[in-house]
Amino acid sequence: MDPQVAVNGYIAHAPGYVHNDGPKLITSRFVHDDSFTLARYEATGGYEGLRAALETTPAAVHDEVRAATLLGRGGAGFPAGVKWGFLPPGKHPYYLVVNGDESEPGTYKDRLLMERDPHQLIEGCLIACYALGLQQCFLYVRGEMAVAQERIAAALNEAYEAGYVGRDICGTDFSVDIVMAWGAGAYIVGEETALIESLEGRRGMPRLKPPYFPAAVGLYGQPTIVNNVETLANLPWMMVNGAEAYCRYGSESSPGTRMFAVSGHLRRPGVYEVEHGVTTFRELIYGDNFCQGIRDGHELKMFIPGGGSAPWFFPEHLDLPLEARPVGAAGSMLGSGAIVIMDDTTDAVRAAWRVVKFFARESCGKCTPCREGTTWLEQILRRILDGEGRPSDIDLLLDIGDNISPGPYPVAAHNGQEAVPFPPRQTTICPLGPSAVAPVVSTIRRFRHEYESKITRRDAIPIEVVPVGASQ
Amino acid sequence: MTATEPETTVEITVDGVAVEARPGEMLIAACERSGTYIPRFCYHPRMSPVGMCRMCLVEVDTGRGFALQPSCMVPVSEGMKVSTESEVTKKAQDGVLEFLLINHPLDCPVCDKGGECPLQDQTMAYGPGETRFVEEKRHFAKPIAISETVYLDRERCILCDRCTRFADEVAGDALIHFMGRGNHTEVNTFPDEPFASYFSGNTVQICPVGALTAAPYRFKARPWDLTETLSTAWVDSVGARVAVQASRNRVLRVLGADADAVNWGWLTDKERFAFEALNSAERLSAPMLRDASGGGVSEWREAGWGEALDRIAGAVGAVPPERVAVLGGARLNNEAQYMWAKLAKGVIGTDNVDAQLGDGLDPAVVLGLPRATIDDACRPGGTVVLIGPDPKEELGTLYLRLRHGIVNDGVKLVEVTPGATGLSHLAQHSLHPRPGTTAALVNALVAAAAGDGFETGSTGVDRSELEAAAQCLSDADDGVTVVLGRASLAEGAEVVEAAAMELSALPSARFLPALRRGNVIGALQAGLAPELLPGRVGLDGIDGEGPLAGAWPRLPAAAGLDAAGVLRAAARGDIDVLVLVGADPLNDFIDRDLAYRGLRGASLVVAVDLFMNDSSSLAADIVLPAAGPTECDGTFTNLEGRVSPMSRKVTPPGTSRPDWMIAADLAERLEPGSAEGLDSPESIREELARVSEVHASLTEEALNQNPVEGVLLAHPGATGEAGGWRRSGRPTMGRSPVGRTEPATGPAGREDLPEAPPEGAFLLVATRTMYDDGTMLRHCPSSHGLAPAASACINPADLDSSGLDEGAAVRIVSDFGHIEATLTADAGVPSGSLKVHWLAPGSPANALIAAGTDITVVEVEAR
Repeated sequence: MDPQVAVNGYIAHAPGYVHNDGPKLITSRFVHDDSFTLARYEATGGYEGLRAALETTPAAVHDEVRAATLLGRGGAGFPAGVKWGFLPPGKHPYYLVVNGDESEPGTYKDRLLMERDPHQLIEGCLIACYALGLQQCFLYVRGEMAVAQERIAAALNEAYEAGYVGRDICGTDFSVDIVMAWGAGAYIVGEETALIESLEGRRGMPRLKPPYFPAAVGLYGQPTIVNNVETLANLPWMMVNGAEAYCRYGSESSPGTRMFAVSGHLRRPGVYEVEHGVTTFRELIYGDNFCQGIRDGHELKMFIPGGGSAPWFFPEHLDLPLEARPVGAAGSMLGSGAIVIMDDTTDAVRAAWRVVKFFARESCGKCTPCREGTTWLEQILRRILDGEGRPSDIDLLLDIGDNISPGPYPVAAHNGQEAVPFPPRQTTICPLGPSAVAPVVSTIRRFRHEYESKITRRDAIPIEVVPVGASQ
Repeated sequence: MTATEPETTVEITVDGVAVEARPGEMLIAACERSGTYIPRFCYHPRMSPVGMCRMCLVEVDTGRGFALQPSCMVPVSEGMKVSTESEVTKKAQDGVLEFLLINHPLDCPVCDKGGECPLQDQTMAYGPGETRFVEEKRHFAKPIAISETVYLDRERCILCDRCTRFADEVAGDALIHFMGRGNHTEVNTFPDEPFASYFSGNTVQICPVGALTAAPYRFKARPWDLTETLSTAWVDSVGARVAVQASRNRVLRVLGADADAVNWGWLTDKERFAFEALNSAERLSAPMLRDASGGGVSEWREAGWGEALDRIAGAVGAVPPERVAVLGGARLNNEAQYMWAKLAKGVIGTDNVDAQLGDGLDPAVVLGLPRATIDDACRPGGTVVLIGPDPKEELGTLYLRLRHGIVNDGVKLVEVTPGATGLSHLAQHSLHPRPGTTAALVNALVAAAAGDGFETGSTGVDRSELEAAAQCLSDADDGVTVVLGRASLAEGAEVVEAAAMELSALPSARFLPALRRGNVIGALQAGLAPELLPGRVGLDGIDGEGPLAGAWPRLPAAAGLDAAGVLRAAARGDIDVLVLVGADPLNDFIDRDLAYRGLRGASLVVAVDLFMNDSSSLAADIVLPAAGPTECDGTFTNLEGRVSPMSRKVTPPGTSRPDWMIAADLAERLEPGSAEGLDSPESIREELARVSEVHASLTEEALNQNPVEGVLLAHPGATGEAGGWRRSGRPTMGRSPVGRTEPATGPAGREDLPEAPPEGAFLLVATRTMYDDGTMLRHCPSSHGLAPAASACINPADLDSSGLDEGAAVRIVSDFGHIEATLTADAGVPSGSLKVHWLAPGSPANALIAAGTDITVVEVEAR
């Protein structure tokens, strides 16, 4: 079947995905409306990467991944090849867990990868398992992603049937079982240790650190590698074309391509596959090949560069490249590759409230500052929006924020520190609590006058009030 | 116990002061030992840290600069610097406390916890003066009952995970958990599954706020009105240490005290709430008499102590000593037990004395075998053989210790029980021999462990299972600990005793007696058993010279009878005066029919007790009211032989007297001068320590030095000395207590091994449950009604072939009697056995059993 014709770049059967001119390492099949079937996958070079990998040694595959500096696409940007090296020798069994619990506000790239090209993900898992000598892989898909679950389940059945998964894969003595599991709908399960807890059948709450990495103690207490969906989706192409070809894309420190989900007040929002590290925010937001600028008649006011938990950016940050280090140095993070654009019609206080409300609702309730603090922030912001603000509220918001994440975060850049210093300067167990502080501090620093005018003029902005915790 | 640990330390700096910490210790504990208290809510030294409340955040520098870390989660390391008073630390702690308080209802004036509340105290010490929170607080329906005794107020809850962790980690009953998320997270039970744990009361004690409250204490007192004394729990033989709290001369609450060697601060709900019975309005408060008149008996009438004691002394003095018998005494404290032993054996001169009612073990076995402590049994990597009752049902705090050892310290458990226990799912090997074949199975087990040939015979245990268990025993390098008791009261004591003898052949095997009755070890040490004198001295080992000679006027002329023998003699008319000291043979003796005939046959029955019970209602002529465990001073000996104080907190009702005083009064009446100087528990204890070698270490000084752990009495095996007391020429055992005398080639032990029951019949297993229809529990409002209804539990396969339906009302019939029950399928009961609960309401299992039989065959009939 011929590639679908895209209208203004949008592919009808892949809502959210925008097809443009540019390298397509992992989204090349999205143009086919049967891209999720084994037939289409095989017709377009599917499982060639696996065969290429099986012809070499596991160590060689690992070296290839290391040479390609494949950075993790889940948010932290940790090199996958290095992470794989953390597995302690001789503590079998090891497990591979695929983090498909994509739920950061603004992010919807993994969903497309799972819905549109599940075989590519399965092949990526197999290559990783081969490289690491694993026999068991768990594919954890976000609870709400019903289509992705169906497609992955169907693809797994096909792959088992065709001998790509299971016993003696492709006639070799390499055997792997891949099991799909799905969540019950909790943002926090995107945190890898909470995901492992959930996978074990327990309440999804982050584990305490140390140990800092599941590679030491993970699923069922065994060494476990947790990789993001997009990270693994890169492997088949890399195996076929080699690390050297891979490194021809992107920047030296961040090779390859990366998927960015851009949303908000844009002419053409959507998911784009972008060369990693060389494209700037300005190109992505204003470029003709990408989002084509802010919607008519309006100006950019602010944007979130890396998902709901990232501190916010403003027009002066537009020329930063889409790369973790410079974005971190500027006081935020590239995170999960979700960019949310807000134009000059956006009420900064209300926007902050909406993000905080998300985190208050998604707090797992395990540790006190996050459980109580995020909801308190949300309640104060809502009160300000209701025209009931008090002059002391701004300082109170900042102080509550400081009690959740004391120290330089989230305005670390001024001190030349990393955005999330290590050990983390947070009174919470995991970064969810500090995530709710980021939008509040960002907007108060930049738009304090908006807060003040709401508090002094008491002009309520009518909003639909839905209690936190109620189903929406 | 810890004296042999290597003396390594880690040096850390706390607020600029160098402090020595133990390797692996958590920072919060190291700071506390060095005198720096770090505030905390979720941390509990007896549970794994979770770092949830964040109250214990302090600044820690391990070489990379100071950073906030939860001190309950950070193990100490060399050179670690800690700042517990820096601005950053204080700001973080203030912040956490403010977060905890914003949704806390602050209903302290009506909260039971007010006055002893960690949240309240720490708010006073560390918290902000006023709130910045002007929003609406979180609301929940309050309180909700999560079990029969525990109420939960979710508004007060600060989600510290202590109760839920306890239920899951310590008790193994994960029946409460977090629900919801974020600010709406709550602790709750699963739908339609109450928090029905035997250990639920501990969650109330460890709750750092007033979220969990227990029905018996709700709104009863304010903490500042309570006074407290350290005492010992009396409901079972573990002797858990407790703090008894009272106000206005009434015990209102019992809390667990943290004795490292015993209960670690935990209690069963029975230990915790049994005090309610002592406050019952139905307590006896004055001596009661009734007279035989013209074929019937008169109504009860109150009498003075003088009249009642005169009458008893008159009756006892008028008959030869061997026509007097004393049954019971395990309820008493050590001092009272000694006084009763002295009265019976030294003053009256009868040896017909038995503190066990056919439900225990031969004192020769209990006292003669090398003794293990609870710590021995739970030592890391150790091996435990359980030949005895389900610890979860009978010895709850021992269960918690064993469970901890198995789950956390690699203790291996081999069960030899007639069915599944509360530890079966954790046991390395569970062997369930057919009733009556325990000794034969153990014989085979020991032979297999020694590499000799063995036969499993009619035990019903699979050969490979037995071999695997034997391997576990032979792998136990530092010896096994045997938890020894009566798993089933329908299996003869001799069977268990023979099994114990077999096991004593294992190298360095030690024994922890799992007898149930409260102070039963104390009773045996004091001589409340036939042929036994205080201090593990046999009647035949006395030559008239020993220390007893000066203290006791006389000794029994001849060996006496045990409980079964006494009741048989009484039934024949050979006992004139039968004294029941805290005993209810009708319900507690293993043979109900014999108990009935014995009680009827004695011409004068005297009961010394807290309550009227079924036996005294039936047969007693004189009832003397005794003081309860919280109403008199004394000491308690637990199953390890550990003596700890039981202290008086309140006055007994009416004219009730301590048991020792009753015995002393009777002794003075019978033999003036015999109780001279014995006018206080201390003076009795002093005489006991003088006449009994075993109690020699039991000085006031030793007790004062170890107020929490108590004094461990010397015992063979525990201190390395050889051999304990054993009965001379005892024919029933067939072998000497130490060392195996027969080659391990066949299912030896007993020649007349029972075969499988006839077609359609079952072998009876009678086990005790935590809650039953006993006299004490009947008078505990919070525990009454928790006793499981009478059920006849059989294997599902047997149920299928029986033609009866689960839930059917059935009659269980033996050669000796019948009871009624509900038929229940229970996969934990082996095929061919039928399990009933001892003392189930309205269904006395002892009606089925005849004393002196090793097995009881029963049939099930529909009714």
